Amino acid sequence: MADPVKLTIDGIAVEAAPGTLLIEVAREMGKEIPAFCYYEGLTQVAACRMCLVEIDGMPKLMTACTQPVGEGMVVRTETPKLAEARKGTLEFLLTNHPLDCPVCDKGGECELQDMVFRYGAAESRYVEIKHHHEEQQWSPVVYFDPARCILCYRCVRVCSEGMGVNALGIVQRGAYAEIAPNHTDHLNCDECGACIDICPVGALTSDSYRYQTRPWEMNHVGTVCTHCSNGCKTTLGVRNDQILRGNNRDRSGINGEFLCVKGRYAFDFNESDERLTTPMIRKGGKLEPASWSDAIRFVAGKFKQVADAGRRIGVVGSARTTNEENYYLQKFARQVLGTQSIDHQRSGDVVTLLDALAGRQNALATVEDLYQSKAVLVIGTDLAQQHPLLHWQIRANWRHHGAHTYSVTAGPVREDQHTVGAVRAAEGQEIAALEQLRAQLAAEAELAIVFGDSVKGDAVRQLVAFGDSLGIPVKYVCLVDYVNSRGALDMGLTPELEPGYRAAADRGMTLPQMLADEHLAALWVVNADPLRDGALAAKDAFVVVQDLFLTATAQRADVVLPSASLYEKQGTVTNVCGEVQRLKKAAQTMGAKADLEIIGLIAKEMGAAAKMGPWMADKVFTEVQQVVAGYNVPLPVLATGGAAQTAPPSAKIGVETDPALIRSARDTLFTSGTLGSYSRKLDSLLESPGSLYQGEDALALTAQ
Amino acid sequence: MLFNEPSPLETKVLSRRFGLPNSQSVETFVANEGFAAFRKAVAMTPEAIIDEVKKSNLRGRGGAGFPTGMKWSFVPRNNPKPKYIVVNADESEPGTCKDRLLIQNDPLQLVEGMMIAALVVGAKCGYIYIRGEYRYLIDIMDRAIADAYAKGWLGKNIQGTGFDFDVFTHTGAGAYECGEESALLESLEGKRGVPRIRPPFPAVAGLYRCPTVLNNVETFASVPSILLMGGEAWANLGTPRNGGTRLFCISGHVNKPGVYELPMGFNLMRMIEEVAGGMKGGRKLKAVIPGGSSCPILKAEECDIAMDFDALKAVNSMAGSGGVVVMDETTDMVKVALRIMRFYQHESCGWCIPCREGTLWLKKILTRVEGGMGQRNDAALLHELANNMLGRTFCPLGDAAAMPTISIVEKFRDEFEEYIRRSPMANVAAEESELAVGA
Amino acid sequence: MTLPPELEQKFSEIIGKYPPQHKRSALVPLLLYSQDALGKITPELVTEVARRVGVFPVQVEEVLTYYSMLHFPKPMGKYHVQICTNVSCQLTGGPELWERACKKLGLGHKEVSADGLISLEEVECIGACSWAPAIQINYDFHHFVTPEKLDELLDNLRQLQ
Repeated sequence: MADPVKLTIDGIAVEAAPGTLLIEVAREMGKEIPAFCYYEGLTQVAACRMCLVEIDGMPKLMTACTQPVGEGMVVRTETPKLAEARKGTLEFLLTNHPLDCPVCDKGGECELQDMVFRYGAAESRYVEIKHHHEEQQWSPVVYFDPARCILCYRCVRVCSEGMGVNALGIVQRGAYAEIAPNHTDHLNCDECGACIDICPVGALTSDSYRYQTRPWEMNHVGTVCTHCSNGCKTTLGVRNDQILRGNNRDRSGINGEFLCVKGRYAFDFNESDERLTTPMIRKGGKLEPASWSDAIRFVAGKFKQVADAGRRIGVVGSARTTNEENYYLQKFARQVLGTQSIDHQRSGDVVTLLDALAGRQNALATVEDLYQSKAVLVIGTDLAQQHPLLHWQIRANWRHHGAHTYSVTAGPVREDQHTVGAVRAAEGQEIAALEQLRAQLAAEAELAIVFGDSVKGDAVRQLVAFGDSLGIPVKYVCLVDYVNSRGALDMGLTPELEPGYRAAADRGMTLPQMLADEHLAALWVVNADPLRDGALAAKDAFVVVQDLFLTATAQRADVVLPSASLYEKQGTVTNVCGEVQRLKKAAQTMGAKADLEIIGLIAKEMGAAAKMGPWMADKVFTEVQQVVAGYNVPLPVLATGGAAQTAPPSAKIGVETDPALIRSARDTLFTSGTLGSYSRKLDSLLESPGSLYQGEDALALTAQ
Repeated sequence: MLFNEPSPLETKVLSRRFGLPNSQSVETFVANEGFAAFRKAVAMTPEAIIDEVKKSNLRGRGGAGFPTGMKWSFVPRNNPKPKYIVVNADESEPGTCKDRLLIQNDPLQLVEGMMIAALVVGAKCGYIYIRGEYRYLIDIMDRAIADAYAKGWLGKNIQGTGFDFDVFTHTGAGAYECGEESALLESLEGKRGVPRIRPPFPAVAGLYRCPTVLNNVETFASVPSILLMGGEAWANLGTPRNGGTRLFCISGHVNKPGVYELPMGFNLMRMIEEVAGGMKGGRKLKAVIPGGSSCPILKAEECDIAMDFDALKAVNSMAGSGGVVVMDETTDMVKVALRIMRFYQHESCGWCIPCREGTLWLKKILTRVEGGMGQRNDAALLHELANNMLGRTFCPLGDAAAMPTISIVEKFRDEFEEYIRRSPMANVAAEESELAVGA
Repeated sequence: MTLPPELEQKFSEIIGKYPPQHKRSALVPLLLYSQDALGKITPELVTEVARRVGVFPVQVEEVLTYYSMLHFPKPMGKYHVQICTNVSCQLTGGPELWERACKKLGLGHKEVSADGLISLEEVECIGACSWAPAIQINYDFHHFVTPEKLDELLDNLRQLQ
């Protein structure tokens, strides 16, 4: 590390690493040098001219966003001359700005407003006609109001640099220059909304949020996105129990400001008209509304009857319920119902990976590791479609650190833009194809390997053997589908493994076996939809379903219990990298109950309340910490919105699992299992013209 | 081909082959000292060549007047990346039309200058960025280049010297901003002609982020004569620190407008009276733009001045690109200010706020004043807004728009006030109008 | 899209000027020479050029709308009359030529005659300041243009039809 540079800023002596930009040094000192176009993590453009500073010995004012520190430099960031310059530039900026703050979504959290408040003139000398251009809708998500745009190019940069999508450009020139979408009048893109989120003014707005509210009327609740397994922190803007906005402007959490289209806009399922708000009991072949007490009593009675009779009960858990709920559910199943037949839809072979890595330290990558590792290998997945945060991290790693990216995939993937080694291999052939990269990989200092569901069973062991043979430190990520897919495995939602990957004493039925079992007496499905593409063989089985919607499985149920969404719960979830994060309840839907409470109520009704313990998330988590190996994570990290990675089992798991049970739903950016089908926003995107990266877009993408 | 009669007062160095029969051909070129400087350069070390160029006091002819020898010395010759030679033939500063003649009459002189620069930095390839409107010059240049390849003056192992060099023309498509060197490079890379953040300068990271020598046509074209005459002798043609001759483009209200090669530091009044045949119709001189429209204007009484970089800087103007625009007493300075601002507004790339918004606002005020709807404070407002652009924009285009405006308003303020006095809005001041906010 | 053989040849010639990894450099020349050869720039051409140089269509559009000689989406006429009114021409009669041409052709700035034959544009400095006033018809320069000479030039265009 080179010696620090000594300089003086506003009379204060400071030190900074060589190459650090003045604007960053000042920020460290707690001085905010004003800027619109400067944005940490994106390339410099020096276009807004707000960050001008005075430097002794330099005749002109210099931009702090491009000026690195220099030894002995004397810098002034607030002088009358600078105030005058900033005032002048803001006056220019407002000449063609519509000043429609009263109706602008951004009002109250607009950087232009703040800047004018701080540096601007109280009056305008502009009496000419303003240049105006009508607002345009570019996609079901994105609206653009050119008149409000200040051309800071943040949107263009985040789309090309951050996302690798390159959907935005700058057309025309001079005062008529404006941002334009990649297809003349509409966008074909990830619809991630990063452009909207990063816009300092109200030029880019989202269909979901525009004209809905004033920002100060909302509560801002930081929780975890309910969709994919990446587990992005999202800050929900909530007014009167209605979620109006999802973003993460404070850049906290594992994802910083990143969110994909699902995180930003697909919270709308929560407000769906199809949400269940009352329990239903099947009477005369029809599901009829019932009171919670009647429904719980009915379910408890039936369960007790079946259990007492020693008949077979199957329990299906969820990849979208909390760790506490999953733990509580399996405990109830195993200890109260006395069944080992508990399972869920598995989407990645985490079990084999953990077994192969047993006893090792630092062998599981975190989301942060994908941003830091000197090399990353992606196997059998299109991360940009299926695991957008992981794609973002790897791309940022390449952008900021020059990390090497390798891929072994069946078709083209977004990483091709910057890959140093891409091999095409059919599904199931990936491990053999790896040999082509051996020499290159062995020359790396370290490696993080991310693999999809086509690598399972023995292939996982072969992959770890390959990693070992490279002679460099290797970390792994086994991809899974949903927000708590990983937690469901950790909590023992499988017949063969109890919480913490302890082998079950005796095995019950797997999910396919339950569905095929003609003698199954009862089936309890918690937030899952196994009958969406499966059939239940036991015609007379008593079926209880807890869900947000009347799914295919719920339609077959005898009792349907409306449950709360992840945005309406407390608890924790564990992401694809085994990182635990805490949820915050952001809203509630009248009539629905958290699954934890529903299970607790059934237990209580069955007289098992004492055995089960209270249905409070915190209490259950305390038990999880004690019982589930690896979950003894530091609570302050969780309490402050952080993520804590669980430790893998220290010994071999030693239980054979059937690879055939593992099947990823292969969701894309625009689908999200059952929840996705109740998101109008995602539905509207499926209908948008053209799909991603076909035709000319695909050609250009690979040619970059 | 020449468009105006030469003057006997000219010192013909760069233009000495102009008008020779078939002056664009290798045959004529070689028969008249062509490539002699290259032959000389082949035998010299890069340091020796740079030294001669430094001694010549050659300063960039594109407008900035930066010492060429010094610029060349900034190129890291030991950098393993390829090096490039790029010629700025995007001549578009209003008042300037000299590069056209240099390419039209002696294209190989430019190529020879490029070759010498290539010898210095170890470049193997050069591009000539020619503005799109000069299509016929691209055709002339392409033919001359083809001729040079055919005769072994370009390509591999040139004339058995072991030196390889390729030259290509590249067309612009209408953008003044591409005359700014970093914007030119962006344009040459197939992007919008928007300037780059500097440093790094093109010498270090230019075309394709490789070390690049980038100079104006006339600058490169001067180099062969410097090597032939010797740097010192060439320097002595001009004034101290302003070596050699340059092509002055005289236009406007003179009897014999034209492009004339004169020593640096030639007196402006003599230029008007003796070289350009005096003022048209015997009218009185009112003002001169001394080096293209971005240069602050000179009043008649300021015109007894040596036309070099330092003398003009001393009177707060600039020698610029050699475009001398002469205006007589009938000239309406409000109209001139408006026309100049219309130009810069049209050409502003839009990248940075002060230039993008400032040029448009200034144009609108000037249009309104010229259209008879001036308001009481408009002259002061023009002056202040132009000053708000000055020195605060991303690239020099903002300054280029601000400087002439400031100087015209300062020096001919009465003309603005006269327009405003006749306006029905004369008693209205901007902040009192109904659109104003606050106060 | 299929290009006429001469244009196809011009494309290879232009792309051949640049290092293969930098063929994007050919973008502006390809667009300008295409416009000359085809008379207009179409969305199909944009896609084709994007493909040839390996960029997104929006990147072609960025460039296309930046340069004033590239006319998109509206093409100019077969004979594009460009009258300079910048400062040197302003002093020597450029604005008068502009007014005269507007009246004579019945066209305004960047307007095209109904038959697509003639278009008119008030242009910025074309580098003929010492021989002002000057105009360009397509790529041909005309210096020291008088009102009579302008009339003659414009009349000739009508006859060329």
